[in-house]
Amino acid sequence: MNSERSKSYPLRRRAVVKELLAQRGDALVVAGLGAAAWDVTAAGDEPLNFPLWGAMGGAVPLGLGLALAQPSRRVLVITGDGEMLMGLGSLATVATQRPPNLAIVVLDNERYGETGMQLTHTAGGVDLGAIAAASGIPICRTVSDKKSFRSVIPQIQKEVGPLFFNIKIRAENLPLVLPPKDGAYLKDRFQLALLGTNTII
Amino acid sequence: MDSLESETWPEDIYQVLVENRVRQVAYVPDIGHASLIKMCHKSYNMKTMVLTTEEEGVALLAGAWLGGDRGVLLMQSSGVGNCINMLSLTRVCRMPLLILVTMRGERGEFNPWQVPMGQNTNQILTVAGVLTFAVNDKDHIKEAVEAAAKMAFEGPAATAVLISQRIPGAKTFGR
Repeated sequence: MNSERSKSYPLRRRAVVKELLAQRGDALVVAGLGAAAWDVTAAGDEPLNFPLWGAMGGAVPLGLGLALAQPSRRVLVITGDGEMLMGLGSLATVATQRPPNLAIVVLDNERYGETGMQLTHTAGGVDLGAIAAASGIPICRTVSDKKSFRSVIPQIQKEVGPLFFNIKIRAENLPLVLPPKDGAYLKDRFQLALLGTNTII
Repeated sequence: MDSLESETWPEDIYQVLVENRVRQVAYVPDIGHASLIKMCHKSYNMKTMVLTTEEEGVALLAGAWLGGDRGVLLMQSSGVGNCINMLSLTRVCRMPLLILVTMRGERGEFNPWQVPMGQNTNQILTVAGVLTFAVNDKDHIKEAVEAAAKMAFEGPAATAVLISQRIPGAKTFGR
């Protein structure tokens, strides 16, 4: 395990997510629990964000169900390496379903950020981008510097998917920016914004 | 398999799913669900997704619901244990969830590894906040799935129909 290297990675998580969401258009955003949800909220709390406060391992399959239900909308899953590691099997499920509108972005700081910054498997050499590629997701990239990150933003926003981007980010503790935590409220506001007030499903 | 193929209850379940406008069918297979899974695969209105673990299905159907699709999750009783933490998503967000469970380890089970989950499926689901409908008679399956679907989608609530191993076609390996 390499306990030091991610402390000096150049990409910073809040700036990455802010830039990614600056031109989100009508994208639907699912955020995995912990720091990824705080990052998405720091970029702006929106009704079409669905930040998770639990359900670890569930961000990608939740994004998949949403992408299949809303094929005309871009679905962007933004999550952390620890959350992704708990649901690796869901990458295989995504690959078999091949939703063209789903993009998965992992913010990989090689740490469990909410529990004391313990190292995750990615600090020990586990390569999430390679796992996603081997699972059969057609477009997978690992990005670790600003120039490459900027170059992949249009892909993340527009390219035919499913896509998987592992963004190597600096390990850092940042001030919490918390979204609402009542799940029923998060669901209701999301559905109102997406489906409208008169939609009965 | 012959006895399973000749049973009509899987068709009954399929019809209830159609009537309830179920669009996403997520499953980890069980022999008791084999006919139903085939029917869903053939349907033009249903998307089917095989999962690597049952908890994926809980999250997947939450996403489906957010996007306006109704779903159903098919599994055998051993899969219920794989779902527990993910069920907090359904509960905290007050979303519907319809689960159809074919039971193992319940009665006359030849595989002792199925017994710990099979003997406790109902209690575990209940503690996790899922309403359960246990069915021991094939003539009651349709009504149970109708009731579970109605309470799930109109609740919203998490509901599960537990289909007994005693029902013909739900047994496994001819034992």
